[in-house]
Amino acid sequence: MSHPVNHPVRVFLVDDHALFRAGVKAELAGLEDDRIEVAGEAGSVGEAVVRITSNPPDVVLLDVHMPDGGGRAVLEQVHAALPDVVFLALSVSDAAEDVIAVIRAGARGYVTKTISGRELADAVVRVSAGDAVFSPRLAGFVLDAFSDRNGPVAVTDPELDMLSPREREVLKLLARGYAYKEIAAQLFISIKTVETHVSSVLRKTQKSNRYELSRWATDRRLV
Amino acid sequence: MAEPSVPTAPSPPVAGPGDASVPPTAAQTDGADGARTGPETGAGQILAAVPGHVTPDGLPKLTRRRDDAILGGVAGGVADHLHVPVLWVRTTFVLLALTGAGVLAYALLWIFVPQRARSAQEPPAPASSLERQQAIGIAAVGVALLIAATALGLGPGLSWVLVPLGLAAVGGAFIWREADDARRARWRRTAAGIVGPSKSSLWRLIGGCVLVIGGLAVFALGQLDFNAVRSALIAVLLTLVGVAIITIPWWLRLVRDLGDERRGRVQERERAEIAAHLHDSVLQTLALIQRQPGDAREVQRLARSQERQLRTWLYGPAGYASAGEAQARPVSTLAVALSEAAGEVEDTYAIAVTPVIVGDVPMDQHLAALVAAAREAMVNAAKHAGVQEVSVYAEVEDGTASVFVRDRGSGFDPAAVGVDRRGLADSIRGRMERHGGTATVRSTPGEGTEIELSVSVSSGADSAADSAADSAADSAADSAQWSADQARQSAEGAPGQPSGQRFGQPSGQYPGRLDDPSREPADADAGPVGGTVQAHAETKGASR
Repeated sequence: MSHPVNHPVRVFLVDDHALFRAGVKAELAGLEDDRIEVAGEAGSVGEAVVRITSNPPDVVLLDVHMPDGGGRAVLEQVHAALPDVVFLALSVSDAAEDVIAVIRAGARGYVTKTISGRELADAVVRVSAGDAVFSPRLAGFVLDAFSDRNGPVAVTDPELDMLSPREREVLKLLARGYAYKEIAAQLFISIKTVETHVSSVLRKTQKSNRYELSRWATDRRLV
Repeated sequence: MAEPSVPTAPSPPVAGPGDASVPPTAAQTDGADGARTGPETGAGQILAAVPGHVTPDGLPKLTRRRDDAILGGVAGGVADHLHVPVLWVRTTFVLLALTGAGVLAYALLWIFVPQRARSAQEPPAPASSLERQQAIGIAAVGVALLIAATALGLGPGLSWVLVPLGLAAVGGAFIWREADDARRARWRRTAAGIVGPSKSSLWRLIGGCVLVIGGLAVFALGQLDFNAVRSALIAVLLTLVGVAIITIPWWLRLVRDLGDERRGRVQERERAEIAAHLHDSVLQTLALIQRQPGDAREVQRLARSQERQLRTWLYGPAGYASAGEAQARPVSTLAVALSEAAGEVEDTYAIAVTPVIVGDVPMDQHLAALVAAAREAMVNAAKHAGVQEVSVYAEVEDGTASVFVRDRGSGFDPAAVGVDRRGLADSIRGRMERHGGTATVRSTPGEGTEIELSVSVSSGADSAADSAADSAADSAADSAQWSADQARQSAEGAPGQPSGQRFGQPSGQYPGRLDDPSREPADADAGPVGGTVQAHAETKGASR
C-alpha cells in the first residue's frame, strides 16, 4: 500500500461532469505538488471500470452521484479485483446515506467537493499511504451510528460492532475539526497511533452489521 | 371535479353520419404517410405516427379503432395489428359467433383492449359507406345462417334460448358502444357517467337497455314450463346479470380514468412545487450573483447560503427527498437550532461554518441559551480570528449537551481579554452560568481558539411558552449586531426597539428584561463587519 517517496501518487478522476474534472486537474496541477500526478479520467461508470482495470492507478477520486449506479457501482466492479487501488470518494452531498454507502462499498475516505486543492492533495497522499480520511462530518456520522442512543443494540460481534473508548475519543476530536497532529498532541499519543485508530474505525464502519450502517448502505438508491 | 358543468356534447357516435361533416386535413395526411396499414383498411384509417403506438416489432399496438368502426372497433383494430384486411377479420368473428365463441371473444376484446387515443391532429373520420355495407352484409349472412341452423332441426328448444339471448347481446353491444365514446370529462362529473349524453346517444342507450332486459325476460318467460316461482327468481337473477353486463364498461373505464387522472394531478402538483421552489431560491440567487460578479466575497456568501438552503430542502428532515412520513414541519431540536444559528453566521459574515451534530434533544430554555452562546462564539471567531472556516461540533451524551466551536485563527490570551470585551464574558460565559452550564475557552495566540460549552439536559419538560419567551429575550440580546434579518425576532422579543439602532450603537439598551445583563450588545466595533451586514440586509431584501 505504501509508496516509495520518489514515486508520485497516480490519481485517476471519475466524475460525470467534465467541467469538474477539468477543475480538479487544474487545481492539482496548479499546486505544483510533485507527490501527485493525474494519470487519467473517466466520465461514466463503464468508462471508469474499463480504464481503471486496464491501467490501475494508485488512487481513484470517485464521484458518488453519477448515472448508472454512481461511485458505488465502480467500487463494486473494481474493488474486489484490484484491492490495491485506493478509492477516495468525492461528492457535493454530505448526506449520511451517501457517505456511509461508499465507505461500506470500500472507499477509504470521503471528502466534499468544496475541499481546497491543498487539502485534497493531502487527502490523496494520505489514503495512498494506507490511511483513512475522515471528514469531521463523516466522523460525526460514524459516532452517531455507533452510539446506543435508542437503547441497547443487539451486538453480534463486539469486535466489530463497538468502538473502543480510545477510538471514540479520536473520532470526537476529528469531528471537532482537529488534525491528526493535534489529536496526537491532545491525547498524548503518536500520530501513527492516531492513524491506527482511524483505520480501525474505518474497518468497523465497513464491516459492522449495525443497523444504522447497513440501512444506509442498502436502502438508498444512488443516482 | 372543479370544472363547471357545461352541457356535454359527446362526440357523435363512432362512424355515425355526423362524422362525415369533418373533412380530413392536410396535416392528417402528412403525418400518416407510411403509417397506413394497407389499402383494404379504408380511406379514413389513420395510424398516428407516434412511437408509443407501435410495438418493438414495428407492428401497430393492438388498440380498438376509434373511427371507422362498425361495432366496437375490435375487428378493425385486430386487422390493423395483424396487417390483414378487415373484411377477413369480420367474417371470422361472425362465423365464430355461430358457435358462441366469437361473441365472447369479441366482448372480451372490447372490454380489455383500450381504444386508440385520439391524436390532436386526427379528426374523427367516417367509415366508408362501402365498408359499412360489407359489414352489415356479413352480419346479415351470419344471422341468416343462425336462423337456418335453428330451423334445420336443431330444435325449437334451442331457438328459445338463442333468439332472446341474441337480442340481449345486440342490446348490450349498443350500450357498450355508447360507453366507448363517452369522454373523460363526463366520468369526472358523475360517478355513473350517464349524465347529459346527446339525444341520439340517449335513445341508443334506452334501446340497448330495452333489448337486453327484454331479451332476458323473454328467455326467462320461455322457461315457464317450470313452476312460476322458480321462473320469477330466474328472471330477477337474469335481470341483475343483465344490469351487471350493461355497466361493466362504465366501471372499468371509470376506474381506469380516475387512476390516470389522479396520477396526472400528483405529477402536476409535484412539478409546480419544484418549479416554484427553484424559482424562489436558485434563480433568485443566480440573478443576484450576476448583478455583482466582481464581489468575490459576496458571491461566495450567496453560493454558500443557497447551497445550504437547497440541501436542507432536498435532504433535510422535512426535505423533498426524505421519506414521506417526515413531511411535517421539523420539531424544534438542538440540531435544528444549532444548524440555523450556524447558517445565520455563515450568511452574515461570509465564512464557512460546518456544524457536526451527534445526537439530538428537543429544545428547552437551557439549550436555547447554549445555542445562543455557541452563536456568539461563532460570531467572535468570524470577526476576530481571521479565518475562512469555523468548525462546530455538538454532542448530546450522558445527559449533557456540549458544543465545541473551533477555529484555526489568530487566537488570543484568555487572561488578557479586556473588560470592555463583553461578548465572551456576558454573552457566552455569563449566559452559560445563568443556565447552570459551563464555558471553557482554550486559545493560544497564533494557533486558534476552541470554546467548549456544555449544559445538562433536563429530563423534565419546561413549559413551551416559558422557554419560547426566554429564548426570544436571549436572542434579543444578541440581535443588535445581527443582520436586518433578525429585526423581526428582536422586535417580537423587545417591542419598541427602533430598528435603526442595530448597527454600531454601543448603548443599545433594550427596555424591559432587567434581569438579563447580556442584553447589551456584546461587541461594539461596527467597522467593516457592520458594513457587510448592511449590504447583506439589502441583498436579502432584494431576493424576496
